[in-house]
Amino acid sequence: MAGGVVEKSTSNTSTYAGLGVFMMLPAWAIIGFFLVLPVATMLIYSFLTKEFRGGVIWEFSLAAYDQFFFDRGLFGDDPARIEWTYILIFWRSIWQAGMATFFCLLVGFPTAWFIATRTGANKSVWLFLITIPYWVNLLIRTISMKFLIRDTGPLNEWLMASGLISDPIHIINTNFAVQLGLFYSYLPFMVLPIYASVERYNLAFSEAAADLYATQWTTLRLVILPAVKPGIIAGCILVFVPSMGAFLAPDLLGGAKNFMIGSLIEEQFKGNAGNWPFGAAVSMILLSMVLIVLTFYARQQGKEGAH
Amino acid sequence: MAAKTDLRRFTGFLPMTFVCLFLLYAPLIIVMVYSFNDSKSITNWGGLSLRWYEEVFWGVESAKFKAAALNSLSIAVVAAISATTIATMAATAMLRAGRFRGKSISFALINLPLMVPEIVTAVATLVFFSAIGFTTGYLTILLAHIVFCIPFAYLPIAARMQGIEDVYEQAAMDLYATRFETFRLILLPLMMPGIISGFLLAFIISLDDFIITNFVKGAGIETLPTAIFGSVKQGIKPNIMAISTLLLMVSVGFVTLSWLVGRMGQNKK
Amino acid sequence: MTDIAVDIIDLTKCYGDFVALKNVSLGIQDNEFFTLLGPSGCGKTTLLRTIAGFEDVSQGAIRLYGEDIAGLPPNKRPVNTVFQQYALFPHMNVTQNVMFGLLRLGQGDATARKRVTEVLELVQLTRFADRLPSQLSGGQQQRVALARALAPNPKVLLLDEPLSALDLKLRQAVRLELKQIQQDTGITFIFVTHDQEEALTMSDRIAVINDGQVQQVGTPREIYEAPQNKFVANFIGETNLIGVTVVDVSGGNATCTLPGGAQFTCPAAMGATAGPGHLSIRPERVAITAPETGVLQGVVARQVYLGTDMHIDITPTGGETITVRLQNSETTHIPGNGELVGLNFEAGSARLLVD
Repeated sequence: MAGGVVEKSTSNTSTYAGLGVFMMLPAWAIIGFFLVLPVATMLIYSFLTKEFRGGVIWEFSLAAYDQFFFDRGLFGDDPARIEWTYILIFWRSIWQAGMATFFCLLVGFPTAWFIATRTGANKSVWLFLITIPYWVNLLIRTISMKFLIRDTGPLNEWLMASGLISDPIHIINTNFAVQLGLFYSYLPFMVLPIYASVERYNLAFSEAAADLYATQWTTLRLVILPAVKPGIIAGCILVFVPSMGAFLAPDLLGGAKNFMIGSLIEEQFKGNAGNWPFGAAVSMILLSMVLIVLTFYARQQGKEGAH
Repeated sequence: MAAKTDLRRFTGFLPMTFVCLFLLYAPLIIVMVYSFNDSKSITNWGGLSLRWYEEVFWGVESAKFKAAALNSLSIAVVAAISATTIATMAATAMLRAGRFRGKSISFALINLPLMVPEIVTAVATLVFFSAIGFTTGYLTILLAHIVFCIPFAYLPIAARMQGIEDVYEQAAMDLYATRFETFRLILLPLMMPGIISGFLLAFIISLDDFIITNFVKGAGIETLPTAIFGSVKQGIKPNIMAISTLLLMVSVGFVTLSWLVGRMGQNKK
Repeated sequence: MTDIAVDIIDLTKCYGDFVALKNVSLGIQDNEFFTLLGPSGCGKTTLLRTIAGFEDVSQGAIRLYGEDIAGLPPNKRPVNTVFQQYALFPHMNVTQNVMFGLLRLGQGDATARKRVTEVLELVQLTRFADRLPSQLSGGQQQRVALARALAPNPKVLLLDEPLSALDLKLRQAVRLELKQIQQDTGITFIFVTHDQEEALTMSDRIAVINDGQVQQVGTPREIYEAPQNKFVANFIGETNLIGVTVVDVSGGNATCTLPGGAQFTCPAAMGATAGPGHLSIRPERVAITAPETGVLQGVVARQVYLGTDMHIDITPTGGETITVRLQNSETTHIPGNGELVGLNFEAGSARLLVD
């Protein structure tokens, strides 16, 4: 209406023009000093020599990365072979995180669609119900899950009492238990971005597709999914990334056999292994992988925006 | 509307939504129910009882859990207040101060604590404090909590501020208000629902944190989650379920409050 | 000699490469209802916001009663604004909103309250003093915005399309009221609008703006009857533009050759020159005559029924379609389609424009 784009644009004499740096300073200082600097320190630590009871000796060394990738025998003088132990732990983490992401998508998409297509106050109540569990302590949620699925837990008790099974199903300390735990931890992260995408989806597209003889499922495949793809990708990343570095679910639900990156790192600092440079190196490798995923995502977002 | 012509409807989506809610709530509800179980064995139902709550407040481990709860609470309050203040200033800078040096990188910086995996933050913080010779303890937990609470406080505050047109501030300046008066009399009251939401979310995030706290706490100090974790390592005991239920209630209570405040703010507009 | 209230001198405003205002100079007189009129995006709101202090100036000066205010922040300028969507503080009631500026100027509570009562009486809102903006109708909100801006007794009041959010009926009533308040208070009003009818009915003088430049400044009558260029003639009311060849311009009159070859002499806008040009003639000033008595001949292309009037489109030989407005009465002869007719008009009704 009145006033063109230029006239409506926020003035270049913003209310607090000139104070930006001053007001940003506390955030810069705190995050810079207590997060950016620590990550830099960690990078340095990963190139230092280990001290046996934790800590480091300030001597440059590639031992941590060497230990990660190569096996040089018990005394370190055998010819270097590829060390599979840690690569397998990473691979397991990726696999577990991937499965958890898949389950989240399977349940999360229909839920997000259903909620986003409700009307009025109903919608915000549904949305609220989905978000509540996220705000409950992750530790408590994981403990609850452990309690529920133990061999002698309520789930097995009921199934046996109802006569459906005669012996308890062994879930705890399996890969599936970890996937279930991760799924349970991060499900709201899948629902919320998809929900946001579906909210913006114009139902007139569905009407147009139906008018042109498409069935509901064809419409879903050819019209809806492409339209809400950004939300699905965002949801998958939000579930996959924290799942990969998760500690509680694998530690409490997976047991010793189902080690993931999180537990490997924790063991270097809190457990018996006590190898700080190695822990720092594993953390750096994890961080690099996450940053690669995020950069890829940002690129993708940039491309979508360019259209 | 007849179901056949409702294009929003997909067969199976409603059941899936209920599956989703069931999966989210079932474990929590079961823990709540079993926290009232009279039986000493945690799986057999022995009738209703408050004995595990008594145990929490007056039992053998009560002193340990009370101290941990007090630590959790005081850290959460201070961390949430600091993070909310920092986030409010940062949001004002990002949304109301035009262009300035370092603005483009600031957004990434504020959200950095969300992007770095928690366990990596935990390791980095521990290593950093050790490198500069800082004794781990209460203060290190607090500092780490402030850092990762900032983005959680920032998001609702910035969202709210984005929704406030700057024409109100222009009107105030037009009516002879100084920039500080404009902030105090116009921007701050209008932003209040966002600030309260931000504070409550930061508070819960701090209260709930386990991984980072576990790394930077050092010996001799526990927060509620680390104390619970330590206890669970020896097996789930009924008093843990009682504590969990209490903590769960606090979280749900705060989030509900935050939600209601947010809705109030919307209705006002 | 009247005082100049706001003197805008050679003002330029750029956003990066985009020039929003180009060398604008305007002298707005004391106690004047002055309107900035132009289409969306023409720069009129930007101009108003530079006077208020919400936009800085790339080049040029703004003087308020002789004092250069271009460098002052909005809270140091003795001008107040009525915003397009009113910008009433949603968390304050009517009294608090109106009192806001008075308190910032350091008035005591009692003095400020007295003034609030005065201005609320002026806009007839005394009953609503304790309401929140959200509890008021659009028209009432508009009055609160006006009261709030008038309360500090500004030297100049800036109004940014204040009527655009009201429905048509209300808008027409408020126009007269605004004009009345301006005359009663003696405050200089600078009013921004894209609605020509609003501008014509309320203003003492109008500046027509397009593409960041002032096209013409004048009274409503001057703007309508003696447009300076094609943009003004087209933007204000309806007009016919007739392509002509100008033979000579002298003494404010132009002699030109019409399509079909007739010679015609009429007033010329300042700066019009010989060569190809355009005459502007309003549809109601063209008469239909017998073919041989008209200065132009043409064929009736179509008739459009408008209720009180008829529009007849006539295609002259060798020219573009000309619309004639006839009053719809029983005595008017309406020519049929395809009929050859003559078109005639007074020399004083036509005007040679600057292209």
